[in-house]
Amino acid sequence: MEVREELKYTATHEWVKDLGNGLWEVGITDFAQSELGDIVFINLPEVGDEVVKEEAFGDIESVKAVSDIYSPVSGTVREINKEIVERTEALNNAPYEAWLIRVENVTDCVELLDAQQYQEVCEHE
Amino acid sequence: MEKKTALYEMHEKCGGKIVPFAGYLLPVQYPKGIIHEHKQVREHVGMFDVSHMGEFTLKGKDALANLNNLLTNNYNSLKDGYARYGIMCYPDGTTVDDLLVYKKKDEDYLIVVNASNCEKDYQWMKEHLFGEAEFRNISDEVSQIALQGPEAVGIISQFTDDIPARNYSFRENVDIGGINVLLSRTGYTGEDGFELYCRNEDVCALWQLLLDKGVEPCGLGARDTLRLEAGMPLYGHELSDAIKPNESNLSFFIKFDKEFIGRSELEKAPERKRIGLIVTDKGIAREHCPVFADGKEVGFVSSGTFSPTLNKAVAMAIVSTEAAEGNEFEIEVRGRHLKAEKTALPFYKRNK
Repeated sequence: MEVREELKYTATHEWVKDLGNGLWEVGITDFAQSELGDIVFINLPEVGDEVVKEEAFGDIESVKAVSDIYSPVSGTVREINKEIVERTEALNNAPYEAWLIRVENVTDCVELLDAQQYQEVCEHE
Repeated sequence: MEKKTALYEMHEKCGGKIVPFAGYLLPVQYPKGIIHEHKQVREHVGMFDVSHMGEFTLKGKDALANLNNLLTNNYNSLKDGYARYGIMCYPDGTTVDDLLVYKKKDEDYLIVVNASNCEKDYQWMKEHLFGEAEFRNISDEVSQIALQGPEAVGIISQFTDDIPARNYSFRENVDIGGINVLLSRTGYTGEDGFELYCRNEDVCALWQLLLDKGVEPCGLGARDTLRLEAGMPLYGHELSDAIKPNESNLSFFIKFDKEFIGRSELEKAPERKRIGLIVTDKGIAREHCPVFADGKEVGFVSSGTFSPTLNKAVAMAIVSTEAAEGNEFEIEVRGRHLKAEKTALPFYKRNK
């Protein structure tokens, strides 16, 4: 299982990347995709939608199960990764490149974990 | 505490993701994933550990009469060396279990039941036996591997010529690389293939022989997507103690030319029917999701998944016979209504 040093994480298995200029990128971790198995559908919010920290902003369907994706931040969706909606297998193959949404006007954030802390979370699951 | 099958360590070695299922710890998938395993079975060959299944023996002068009384199917014409599907019902017509009966010879039968129902079935059958019938639960002594897919025959023929030629036939005491196997031309995937029964102590060697021939292991996940595409019922989904077989389109396996438990209830016309649905909106309908027609709730999803062959979400649903005539449905999935179209079952049928 891969955990990247340069990213921050949530205990609910999302990763967060600070793109600067108040823009945050959100995706799901390698651990999450591995637990879900083959991902076949993904539902994302629309550009302009508000997301709220710790609340689901979308869901991911794998062959096995459906899983909510929780927002690490409160803010406004500036971009969604349309390509990933059509090519969901990228979430399995390259979870850290396959970002889901970019959020701006961030007003709040959950307590984020660094790579080492997140690694420990995974080891206890 | 869940039991382990004799193949447990093999699953760990093969990288299986282990989950609890029907009282056993079994692999839901291996590292390449459910879709890969599914396609492997449809296009080539794959193998499953199905040692969790229950096995009973029924012997004696009244064995046949007991089978005919306990099960909806008729076993009078079952020949030596053949297997026949059957359903076991309660007096109210709902279902105890569905199972497979193998006839070894007159007065000597092997019965294979679902793992989750094994103990319940054993008690039910024991309580209803009459006459001369020797009944034993041999589940803990028997392991089983399902070898499924168009290349299964090619694999088996590398070990033996003693191959059951017809669907639902079997051979006993077949030598597979020195291992004594009951080789049955049966399966639960919609493909050609075999189920191999052997002693627990031999099953790891048998698994290894098949691995060495390049057969990839497959888990419970692919087993479910494969049987669902093939429109095959699964107890707890399409059959249960609240679902009668004639509500699940299994009337072919109910024979009224004899007496059996549940007969009088099953003679009545069913009020529900099992249909196949293709979800046309984005999302997967799963079991228990309510099904609507013209804004009215008409039934529920009994099983639903993503079909790797069709590349679409599919579902089987049990709906009122009236609603089953329609073509357009909606399925409530996590608060959203997804559109679905009726389609003939099975979703997938192999070219023979």
